[in-house]
Amino acid sequence: MRIELVWVALVSAAAVTACRGGSRRAATPVELRAVGPDELRAVADFDAIGDRTARSRALFAEMSRVITHPRCVNCHPAGDSPHQRLAMEPHDPPVVRGPADRGVVGMECAGCHQDRNQAHTRVPGAPEWHLAPIAMAWEGKTVAAICAQLKDPARNGGKTLAQLVLHTERDPLVAWGWDPGADREPVPGNQAQFGALTAAWVATGAACPEDVR
Amino acid sequence: MKLRINGVEQTLDVDPDMPLLWAIRDTLGLTGTKYGCGEALCGACSVHLDGHVVRSCVTPVRRAEGKSVTTIEGLSPDRKHPLQQAWLELRVPQCGYCQAGQLMSASALLAANPKPTDAEIDASMAGNLCRCGTYVRIRAAIKRAAGLGEDER
Repeated sequence: MRIELVWVALVSAAAVTACRGGSRRAATPVELRAVGPDELRAVADFDAIGDRTARSRALFAEMSRVITHPRCVNCHPAGDSPHQRLAMEPHDPPVVRGPADRGVVGMECAGCHQDRNQAHTRVPGAPEWHLAPIAMAWEGKTVAAICAQLKDPARNGGKTLAQLVLHTERDPLVAWGWDPGADREPVPGNQAQFGALTAAWVATGAACPEDVR
Repeated sequence: MKLRINGVEQTLDVDPDMPLLWAIRDTLGLTGTKYGCGEALCGACSVHLDGHVVRSCVTPVRRAEGKSVTTIEGLSPDRKHPLQQAWLELRVPQCGYCQAGQLMSASALLAANPKPTDAEIDASMAGNLCRCGTYVRIRAAIKRAAGLGEDER
């Protein structure tokens, strides 16, 4: 169980004003509900964070528990080849992203990956199986860097924040993270919760955490 | 379901989730395509689906419905595809088990990229394993079929 404390006053404008005024008011930590590694907190769990920006950052920190899971990062590599398994091993057989992030002739992603998981062969699958473009690489990046990247249309597939919310709520390849098939560990929570967190993050100004890893 | 195999329209009465390899080998009797690992890890079962290489051992036959499948038997009408000729000239196979898959991947490569570099050959052929280790001859034969000199990389 993880207990995360969000130091609201450290990031709130009110606190900055107070400090400038010479007040020695201590930061007020907000203790979030403890959840297991396979659960996501609900949007309501963040209501106790009064400051809007701090709440937004905390919401993204929660989203990052999905985004930084190997199940997602494996296909958001910083190089030309994906990874696999929780240890982020190199993809076997060796494949490269190719000109359109769908492999190269003879070794296209869809040469093996079908539109759904394969029960007997354990080959994972979902519609439009492919690598995230290199501009959307998450491997090795901090949560803050991924957050800034997600908001940048040049690095998020040209999406507005509203389109980003729809993507997290509905995209079938994103959905695979919660239904990876075989004995693979899914990402925490469910897609509806992740979409709701993303919507709440956007609604609170889509603020990025500064130093959460 | 209907699909085209090596240019011939076929109607199959099979479970849509049957692996395409089973339909090719057991239902249609085209045994040139081999079963290797059954998990898309060795490439022995490679065929073309509308010109794209797929591992038929993990491809449900439903995916081929209404499409065109080419197996090693359909690579050329007279076994004189430039790759087949180069394969014979350079005596590429040893045991031969993987070679149908090797030829299907190599032929898709040359169809898309008639003058591949060594690196492009390696990237496209990386999913076709050969336990006899004929990789050097495979690459030389692909280059010969492409009209490339051995020293061209």
